[in-house]
Amino acid sequence: MIGWRSTYAIYRNELSRFMRTVFGSLVSPVLTTSLYFIVFGAAIGGRMSDVGGVDYGAFIVPGLLMLTLLSESTSNASFGIYMPRFTGAIYELLSAPVGVGETLLGFVGAAATKSLILASVILLTATLFVDYSIAHPFYALVFIVLVSASFSLLGFILGIWAEGFEKLQMVPMLILTPLTFLGGTFYSIDMLSEPWRTIALFNPIVYLVNGLRWTFYGQADVSIGVSLGLTLAFLATCIAIIAWIFRSGWRLRS
Amino acid sequence: METILDIAGLTKVYPGGLKALDGVDLQIRRGEIFALLGPNGAGKTTLIGAVCGIVRVTGGSIHAFGHDLSHHWRDARRRIGLVPQELGFDMFDTVERQVAYSRGLFGCAPDPARIEEVLRSLSLWDKRKEQIRALSGGMKRRVLIAKALSHDPELLFLDEPTAGVDVELRRDMWRQIDRLRDQGVTVILTTHYIEEAQEMADRVGVIDKGRLLLVDDKDAIMARLGRTEARFRLAVPLADVPDSLCAYPLHLEDDGMTLAYRGGDGAGKGKAEIAAIAQALAKADVAYVALDQKESSLEDIFVGLVEEGAAA
Ligand SMILES: Nc1ncnc2c1ncn2[C@@H]1O[C@H](COP(=O)(O)OP(=O)(O)OP(=O)(O)O)[C@@H](O)[C@H]1O
Ligand SMILES: [Mg+2]
Repeated sequence: MIGWRSTYAIYRNELSRFMRTVFGSLVSPVLTTSLYFIVFGAAIGGRMSDVGGVDYGAFIVPGLLMLTLLSESTSNASFGIYMPRFTGAIYELLSAPVGVGETLLGFVGAAATKSLILASVILLTATLFVDYSIAHPFYALVFIVLVSASFSLLGFILGIWAEGFEKLQMVPMLILTPLTFLGGTFYSIDMLSEPWRTIALFNPIVYLVNGLRWTFYGQADVSIGVSLGLTLAFLATCIAIIAWIFRSGWRLRS
Repeated sequence: METILDIAGLTKVYPGGLKALDGVDLQIRRGEIFALLGPNGAGKTTLIGAVCGIVRVTGGSIHAFGHDLSHHWRDARRRIGLVPQELGFDMFDTVERQVAYSRGLFGCAPDPARIEEVLRSLSLWDKRKEQIRALSGGMKRRVLIAKALSHDPELLFLDEPTAGVDVELRRDMWRQIDRLRDQGVTVILTTHYIEEAQEMADRVGVIDKGRLLLVDDKDAIMARLGRTEARFRLAVPLADVPDSLCAYPLHLEDDGMTLAYRGGDGAGKGKAEIAAIAQALAKADVAYVALDQKESSLEDIFVGLVEEGAAA
C-alpha cells in the first residue's frame, strides 16, 4: 500500500529544491560536456578515424551522456537524503506515514526526473558540436531512465551511509568517475590490447556506456542484452539494500 | 475516559549501553494536556521519539488509538503531530511551501484555506513568502508548530515548545495550546518550566533517568505534595514550641528565634492552620515581628521527587 499523496509531496518538494538552484544544476554539467566536446571531439577527434563506422565526435556522445547521468544522479539523490539528515529535517520524514515505497518513489523519482531533464539538455548541447542520430530512441529512453533510477538509488544509499560531506563525495570521486573514464566513454574497448581489454570487461560501467551506445548506433562492444541485464540486476540490488535499511532503521532511526 | 496512547514497559537502550528509558508505563487520555517534566537527559525526547517513530525501542509496547504501533504505524502516524525540540527544516524554502509540504507528506489533500488558518493562528501569515532562514528564532519555532498542525493531528507532541522563546511568545504559545484543547486535540508537552506545566497541564508526569517517578492530576499532585511554609520571626527566643500549639507541625529554628511551620495539603489547609497558629500565638502572648509564608510550587515538588528518586 503506497500513500500517493505523501509520495507526491516528497517528489514535488525535491523538484522545487532543484528548481531553486536550476541554473547552477544545469550550467555546470553543460559547461563540462561542452569542454569535453571541444577537447576530445574537435581537438583530438579530428585526428581520429571513425570508430566502427561512427564519426568520433558522435561516438563519444553516449559516453559523455552516461558520464553526466551517473555523477548527477548519484549526487542529486545522495544530497537529497543527506541534507535532511544534516539539518535535522529528517525527523518529519521519520514521523510521517511513509515507508520505503513512498520515500523511494519520491526521492529517487525526483532525482531521476532531474537526470532526464539534464540528459535532454546534454543532448541538445551535443547538437551544437556534432551530428549524431539515435537509432533506437525508445530503448535509449528506457536505458536512460533505468540508469538514472539505478544510480539515484545508489546515491540514496550513499546519502544514508555518509556521515559527512567528504564521505558523500568520496564514492563518486574515487570510484565512479575513474570507472567511467576507464569504461569506454572516449574509446571502444576493442582498441585496447590484451590484457587491458579483458580487465576492462570487469568494469561495470563498460556495459552501461556500451548499452547506451547501442541504442544510439545499433552497435557496441558488448551485447545490449548483457547491458540491460546488468543494469536491472544493479537496480534490484540497490532496492534490496534500501528495503533492508528501512526495515532495520540503519543510520536513520537512533 | 478513553485512552488515546498506551505505553507499557517501554525501554530504550542506546548503542553504547545508555538506558534512556527504563520500563516506562504511561496512559494518555483523549483530550487532555499532559506535561512531561524532567531535567536534562531524563529521557523526554527519547520517549516522544519512540512514539513518533524516530527512536527504535528496545522493549515494551506502544498502542495509539487502540492499535499496536509496531504494526499499524501508518494509520496512527497520520493522526500524530510532532514539534521537535530542535529546529530542523529546509532553511531556504518559504514558510508557506514548507507547511503545505508537511500537510501533503502526512497524506492530506491540499487545502490552502486550512494552511492559511494555521499560519494566521500562529501570526505567520505575513511571513508566508519569506525564506525560513530569514525568520527570527521564535518565528522558526512557530513554523515547526505550523508544520505539525498542518495535517490536523489528534495527538500532538510538543518537545519543549517554549525553549528559547521570550515571555510574550510563551504566553502566546499557551493560548495556542488552550485553543487546541478546545478543539479536542490531545497534547503531550515536555518542559523544564514548572510554571508552564502548572499553567497548562491537566496532568503531569515527572521523569528522571528514564523512569517515570510520578504521574497524577496536577491538582492531586499539589494536594498530595503541596506544602505551605510559614516562618514566624519571634521577638524573644523560645526554648520549646508552646504546648497549646503541639497539634501543628511546628519546629524552632535559629536558636529559638524562628518558629517554622511546614504542612497543609496544597488546597488551603495550610493557610487555615497558619491563621489558627497566629491566633494561638497571640493568645499565648508570644510576640512575633515578621511572618513569611509561601506555597511550594510544582518546582519544589519536582526537585524533591528528583532527589527522592536519586536517593532511592
Ligand atoms: N542518539 C543518541 N545516542 C546515544 N545516546 C542518546 C541519544 N539520544 C539521547 N541519548 C541519551 O539518552 C538520554 C536521554 O536523552 P533525551 O534527549 O531523551 O533527554 P531529554 O529528557 O529530552 O533531555 P533535555 O531536557 O535535555 O532535552 C541522555 O542521557 C542522552 O545523552
Ligand atoms: Mg529533550
